[in-house]
Amino acid sequence: MAQMSVSGESGSSSNAWPSKLRRMRALVMKETRQIVRDPSSIAIGAVLPLILILLFGYGLSLDVKNVPIAIVMEFPTPEAVDFAAGFQLSPYFHPFMMRSMPPAQQQLLEHRVDGILRIPADFSRHLVAGDAEVQLIVHGGDANRARIIEGYVQGIVGVWAARLASQGSANPVQPVNVQARLWFNEANDSSYFLVPGLVVLVMTLIGGLLTAMVMAREWERGTLESMFVTPVRSDEILLGKTLPYFVLALFGFVLCVLSAKFLFHVPLRGSMWVLLGASMLYVLVALGIGLLISSWVKNQLVASQLTMLVTFMPAFMLSGFLFDLRSMPTIVRMITYVLPARYYVALLQSVFLAGDVWSVIIPNTLILAGMAAALALGSRAVMHKTLA
Amino acid sequence: MSSTPGGAALIAHELTKQFAREHEAPVCALDKVSLEARHGELTAIVGPDGAGKTTLLRLAAGLLRADSGSLHVLGIDVAAHPQLVQDRISYMPQRFGLYEDLTVAENLNLYADLHGVSNAQRELRYPQLMEMTALGPFQSRLAGQLSGGMKQKLGLACTLVRSPELLLLDEPTVGVDPLSRRELWEIVTRLVAEESLTVVLSTAYLDEAERCKSVIMLHRGQVLSHGSPQQVTVLAEGRSFVATPEPGQTARSLQANLLDRTDIIDAVPDGGRVRFVRNATAVADDLHAVSVAPRFEDGFMILLRERPDRERIATIVIAHPFAHRGQETVVGVQGLVKKFGTFTAVDRIDFEVRRGEIFGLLGPNGAGKTTTFRMLCGLIAPSGGSLNVAGADVRTAPASARARLGYVAQKFSLYGPLSVTENLEFFASAYGLRGERKRARIDWALQQFELGEHARATSAQLPGGYKQRLAMAAALLHEPEILFLDEPTSGADPLARRAFWRRITALAEQGVTIIVTTHFMQEAEYCDRIAIMDSGKILAQGSPAEVRELGHNTGKPEPSMDDAFIAVVERSRGRTNAAAAGERPADSPAAA
Repeated sequence: MAQMSVSGESGSSSNAWPSKLRRMRALVMKETRQIVRDPSSIAIGAVLPLILILLFGYGLSLDVKNVPIAIVMEFPTPEAVDFAAGFQLSPYFHPFMMRSMPPAQQQLLEHRVDGILRIPADFSRHLVAGDAEVQLIVHGGDANRARIIEGYVQGIVGVWAARLASQGSANPVQPVNVQARLWFNEANDSSYFLVPGLVVLVMTLIGGLLTAMVMAREWERGTLESMFVTPVRSDEILLGKTLPYFVLALFGFVLCVLSAKFLFHVPLRGSMWVLLGASMLYVLVALGIGLLISSWVKNQLVASQLTMLVTFMPAFMLSGFLFDLRSMPTIVRMITYVLPARYYVALLQSVFLAGDVWSVIIPNTLILAGMAAALALGSRAVMHKTLA
Repeated sequence: MSSTPGGAALIAHELTKQFAREHEAPVCALDKVSLEARHGELTAIVGPDGAGKTTLLRLAAGLLRADSGSLHVLGIDVAAHPQLVQDRISYMPQRFGLYEDLTVAENLNLYADLHGVSNAQRELRYPQLMEMTALGPFQSRLAGQLSGGMKQKLGLACTLVRSPELLLLDEPTVGVDPLSRRELWEIVTRLVAEESLTVVLSTAYLDEAERCKSVIMLHRGQVLSHGSPQQVTVLAEGRSFVATPEPGQTARSLQANLLDRTDIIDAVPDGGRVRFVRNATAVADDLHAVSVAPRFEDGFMILLRERPDRERIATIVIAHPFAHRGQETVVGVQGLVKKFGTFTAVDRIDFEVRRGEIFGLLGPNGAGKTTTFRMLCGLIAPSGGSLNVAGADVRTAPASARARLGYVAQKFSLYGPLSVTENLEFFASAYGLRGERKRARIDWALQQFELGEHARATSAQLPGGYKQRLAMAAALLHEPEILFLDEPTSGADPLARRAFWRRITALAEQGVTIIVTTHFMQEAEYCDRIAIMDSGKILAQGSPAEVRELGHNTGKPEPSMDDAFIAVVERSRGRTNAAAAGERPADSPAAA
């Protein structure tokens, strides 16, 4: 700092650590009081995470259950009955048993059922020969749902085949291959990946949105103008803002993790410490973005919209939390590389569902750390105690 | 570093600061300004809106960087070492940034911590601050719940948590009622006397400038004069007069006539008569005027207006004047009440306004003036009482009543990104004007309010005075018979206020009924009748002369409107506070 080179009496004393700490403590206390008293920070910091958790956990489910399906058993051999029983017992299907295709086709046309599973009359004979086939016709009106149903059918067939194999009987039925993406989600419960994704949204909201807004509010209300003309330094103002919101964001994080664990029984396969460390890094990144935005947008409305656009929406759409990054067009995928949320989601999914996979954890953590450092330096560089 | 009294605490040399504007040439806020303010003295910076007062103070506080020239504060080059200056001075911006969700004590402690004031020092300082500001009983109240005057006092207290080597105050008393204004001044003058505090303040109140040791007058970024207030006052020596209106003539119409004359510099209604300042060359005496001792404001107006580029104070002519003033009541209010939850903003008020009258509602911020206005305009529903505006009960027929009234809101409801013409077009359409009539009305507005040269500038870029003119023009587009103006002169300089009242006087003469709120007590002199409001109640009502009489028991021979206001409000507050007096200990309970 240029000021330090000049040795004024009061100048040097106001630079000393005790007074620096005293000022920081005052700013942190002020900010904390404001958070506690301001219903909108409580709303964004605690109520919103809770609503999102309940909404995502219970309301918005990508699961498909009790799928009405027609099972056409052309000839009820013991093997065919045993095969169909797998569907009758499954919570995912609600089967209607039929003996021929025409009525089943009529049902599908009227969309009373989502699909037809035809067990041909020669099923048992082919089973012995090792080339048994079942025919699956799925209503393709909702492509996603169709693919999920297809997956379910394959799953049930796979389970049945495995059971058959373990009983040492002849060659198993293998109508289609089972896809790999159900590996980590064998329960096929969407809360398994929605709830960890939720952690990203909550962190982004508190870290980015709330910080950008409270800083813009200070500009709007003119509180910074008065504060600038005191011994306070710009880094102290930044830290005084960062600390309370860091704690608030961690509070939201704990809410999410607890609900993930105890409300939705999402497994936490990796270590708690990796999860905490990665989350702290991500909060710092989100805070950095919020502070950076508010240092040149001095209006609450614009700051909140810009933050939404730059942090929340991408975290929602482009982080791999809702939509698979691999299936995106190349250009969109390139964009996702600059988004911090992408790396955090990768970390979360690994830690929650797969375990401590260090080959995932180390590079993603390093990238987040680099971003946090760059943003901290960036906000420090643009934060001047000047107006206009 | 010298801090001996008389040494310079602030020295500016050829200081220049420009601000860029969109589509227009940059505005020069300060143009090679050289000046100084001395230690241990009270220095005032006065000048019209946009003269560069705020820019100068912000530069001194290290909040802006000058384009060229030098500025030394306490011997330190501010541009090079802003933090060193900020460590030692205190600054109160026009709107002091109090944290409204923190209490009085918490705001004070925050600033004490930031300034590194030790606990021992606080124990000495706080009781003193509490005693001066009378905020002692309110320490645990949220700052957002304080009245305007109390907020301002708390802001000042926050800058005084330690004795600064220089105190910069930017219009500290703007928008504050006379009572709080007097209290703020007592604090400042007392600290200058007791601690030889160095203060540089900007102000729009010329009576405040008169009390300072030294006055710097800025105009369009340049220094017009720099010296003691007496130096300015003597300019008007032998040129100040008082004229008495003829029977049947109002003071304001005589004042308007005088103001329109080229040989007269300034005229203001004053205690039922008109005080005016003559041109240096004026000779003819057709006015039967009495010579009086000059005051600072007279000299100020001479400096401002006796110039080649003297601004004309324009009047206004409306297309269809209304039938002249009669006894017909156009606004009638009986037992009007407005409650917000448990809070009573307006408490059973009564008044009547007759056609062509100027009716003034006077009172501090938070007195209930704006709430009353909003009810009169049908913007909010009253909780009780009756309201009659232009022959209609606004509660039942708001649409028809509203078409006959114009409303200029406190913070001029203009669309910042739209140009002057676009704003006028929008408001004309909103009032249902179209085709030839719309064209004609917009032309009228541009011409009468002299907005033509800025017709294409966006309203956000207009200087304050022009904004006010545009807002007034927009409210008059549909030729209303009643015009409501809420604090139209708040923050305006003396020149802009003269121009505003000149137009209002002209409108009233052409039969428009005017209802106006203000906290400039002197402006009551322009009104036919006034009502003084405080805490939702009307405390006094009558002609300016009648109300001024109420100030007589203050012991002053010729009480001003300020004195009358203070007397009336203190009497009323004294009554209501009598019961609560017990909870207010004699010495301040600062160590709460």
